[in-house]
Amino acid sequence: MHSLVPQVSPVFLPVERSCWTRSACAPNVASMLRYALKRLISLMISLAVASVVIFAVIEVAPGDPASFMLGVNAQEDTLAALRAELGLDVSKVQRYFNWIGGMVVGDFGTSYTYRTPVSQMIADRLWVSLPLALYALTLSTAIAFPVGIYAAARRGKPGDLTVMGATQLGIAVPNFWFAMMLVLIFAINLRWFNAGGFAGWDKGVWTGLHSLTLPAIALALPQAAILARVMRSSLLDILGEDFMRTARAKGLSRRQALWRHGVRNALIPVLTIIGLQFSFLLAGSIIIEQVFYLPGLGRLVFQAISARDLIVVESVVMLLVFAVITVNFLVDLAYAAVDPRLRSRT
Amino acid sequence: MSLLEIENLSLSIHGTDILKQVNLSVAPGQIVAVTGESGSGKSMTALAVMRLLPQGAVTDGAIRLSGSDLLNQSETDMCALRGAAIGMVFQEPMTALNPVKTIGDQVMESILIHKAMPPTRARDRAEEVLTRVGLPSDRFPLSRYPHELSGGQRQRVVIAMAIALRPKLLIADEPTTALDVTTQAQILELLRGLVTEFGMGLLMITHDLAVVADMADQIVVMRHGEVVESGATGHLLRNMQHPYTRMLFDASGHQVALPEPAQSQPLLEVTNVVRDYPLPRKSLFGSPGHYRAVDHVSFTLNRGERLGLVGESGCGKSTLTKAVLGLEEVQGGDILLDGQPVFSGHKPNLAVRRKMQVVFQDPYGSFNPRHRVARLITEPFHLLDAPPTNAERQDRIAEMLSAVGLSPDDAGKYIHEFSGGQRQRIAIARALIIRPELILFDEAVSALDVSVRAQILDLLVELCEAYDLTYLFISHDLSVVRTITDRVMVMRAGIIVEEGETESVFSDPKHQYTKDLINAAPTLPDIGRNVA
Repeated sequence: MHSLVPQVSPVFLPVERSCWTRSACAPNVASMLRYALKRLISLMISLAVASVVIFAVIEVAPGDPASFMLGVNAQEDTLAALRAELGLDVSKVQRYFNWIGGMVVGDFGTSYTYRTPVSQMIADRLWVSLPLALYALTLSTAIAFPVGIYAAARRGKPGDLTVMGATQLGIAVPNFWFAMMLVLIFAINLRWFNAGGFAGWDKGVWTGLHSLTLPAIALALPQAAILARVMRSSLLDILGEDFMRTARAKGLSRRQALWRHGVRNALIPVLTIIGLQFSFLLAGSIIIEQVFYLPGLGRLVFQAISARDLIVVESVVMLLVFAVITVNFLVDLAYAAVDPRLRSRT
Repeated sequence: MSLLEIENLSLSIHGTDILKQVNLSVAPGQIVAVTGESGSGKSMTALAVMRLLPQGAVTDGAIRLSGSDLLNQSETDMCALRGAAIGMVFQEPMTALNPVKTIGDQVMESILIHKAMPPTRARDRAEEVLTRVGLPSDRFPLSRYPHELSGGQRQRVVIAMAIALRPKLLIADEPTTALDVTTQAQILELLRGLVTEFGMGLLMITHDLAVVADMADQIVVMRHGEVVESGATGHLLRNMQHPYTRMLFDASGHQVALPEPAQSQPLLEVTNVVRDYPLPRKSLFGSPGHYRAVDHVSFTLNRGERLGLVGESGCGKSTLTKAVLGLEEVQGGDILLDGQPVFSGHKPNLAVRRKMQVVFQDPYGSFNPRHRVARLITEPFHLLDAPPTNAERQDRIAEMLSAVGLSPDDAGKYIHEFSGGQRQRIAIARALIIRPELILFDEAVSALDVSVRAQILDLLVELCEAYDLTYLFISHDLSVVRTITDRVMVMRAGIIVEEGETESVFSDPKHQYTKDLINAAPTLPDIGRNVA
């Protein structure tokens, strides 16, 4: 009924924007910087504490790397020489600082088993694990967001129930089963992908990504199921908020209110889960790496533990701690970007 | 012709009847107040006009805006009407705004969603309406976020959003219920001004009869989804026909007569109490500042005396209450109950703690839903060295439930089986069961309907007679404090600005702030009470 609408000439707006004032689009830089600095200091402290704990735990683990490497029949003077070579003959405090100081300049020491620089070993593996983790995370987010929002917008209706059932299944089924199914369908039957192995990046980005696609999907599906559920429940909480009703009273349709006022508010719990998932994906993919014969970090740690290659274990664990803490830092920054209240509170 | 005409509106949600044959009308420039207690269907009437009813709602009848029936409009047409032809203001300003968007964005969205003007003009309009509602852009730039504003300021933003397109009809659902009296007076004044200036019709939903009598041209009284009485304000107040209307007005102005206080030795002595809260550090290595919530407060509460504490939100009432209860340590001064400190050696003094009990505001949130009433009201027993057991325990439970007007059989029930008023009775039973020397009532009747509130006030008087209660009654509601206390303290910004006999403070306030508070509070006209 147009007669009821106030008589103002309608002006067509070419772009749908959710942010109309320029000053509001750019978050307050000063408060954001102050917030980032505080989080950065807390990051440094966490790293320092973590490094001491990792070093101490590995130290108390029984077993002398030198005697392990040379076998039970080794001569005492040969052992002593090897210990000196490995830097094991100095005090524990000295060794801690050598370790930390080395890591800062990229020297992670020498592997006890392979006699090659640990930094090189880790770097090789990281070139597989990091892209795989990012690939899987991108996929899981790309699946989870629309699915979660779709389900929340249709709460209790068939679409929602289907999503809930499917995600339940996605969480329940282990990712190696997905991996096997994917290999069976896409590698063996359709022959779209290789069943395993990593082609390397030197043959081009596309070839590398192609060989990571099946593992990334296998990793992403259960994560996407969790993330979609979090997105759905978080959005449902927001849909019950008073400001959603205010938005409807302004004349926004259900869909407009959901997109303009719901999604951003629902992001905080979702960001938390994304942060946790990335940490898991980086090193927790050992089973998937085995299934697809990928030379990733997970397999490296597994081999290093079996061989009592403590320096490798130590370095990888420290690297993972660094990754987790850094991701948390980024998640904290994302929180502040999403929610202005966090910027001013600290 | 009327602007809004609701004719025989019936509403059911999932088969439960919510509204029955509601009729009311609003003319341009007219303020119509719909009043009634909780569950009367007044808010549902408002939401029905907006067609923002919960899922499963089935409506019947007609809601005509300028002659067209809103119930026949498509959802798309309703979206075009909401915010443009009908604006709405809600009760809870603290949560009615999106916390992650600036106030400018939110006001402009009201304009832009209707494609009423291009963004640059919409921006000017947003500034203009925000200035009109009392938020000039030099002090409240459009880039402010809701959390940077107070409750009253946020309600102004909500009003600005609702009136940005000059709707013909404004619906305000309890617009001032969550606000302090002085803020309430300003918001009501603003609404009244807007109605006159724009010739809007205002449909106002409120349970507060004093506000109704103050504001409305027409009153509609609702009960259980039905309109029991309606008419022009002056006429209706003078000639109340329906007993429910009379009961409502009677209960709103309910007066009680407290028995004379028994003794006069001091029970609670508060001397120079200071409570500071640390503020976040301004710089990384700077010392943290602090906020002084209670600033050198001193008072004495005599045994058998009923002391009131009034003040607006944020004045330090609750902080002082927590300090008296020994829940938080104070940064200066002494709090003695019966000569003993409530807090000693950095922890609450249990021997003193058992002499005090508290009744809170929210009768819904202050009980564990998984416990039965018997367990709920005997919770304070854990403070005793030798709590009563077996038969003695049962007797105490039965006695207390009877004392607060419930049945001893209720001991086996769960809390969800009781109404709000009954729950508050249970809260009082819980406070009384260990016969405390002192009870603190923290906004204990603020969340209750007027008729229930009147009953609880009567109950307090009965209990005063039976048990010689000594209490500290903390409330923002001046009319309640006036009738239920002997002495009153007025608190502002952590300081007690005035203290004295309740009646003399109210009839002859000395401090300017007390005068402002009393003037700001809407009062019931005497006619209401005389008729009833």
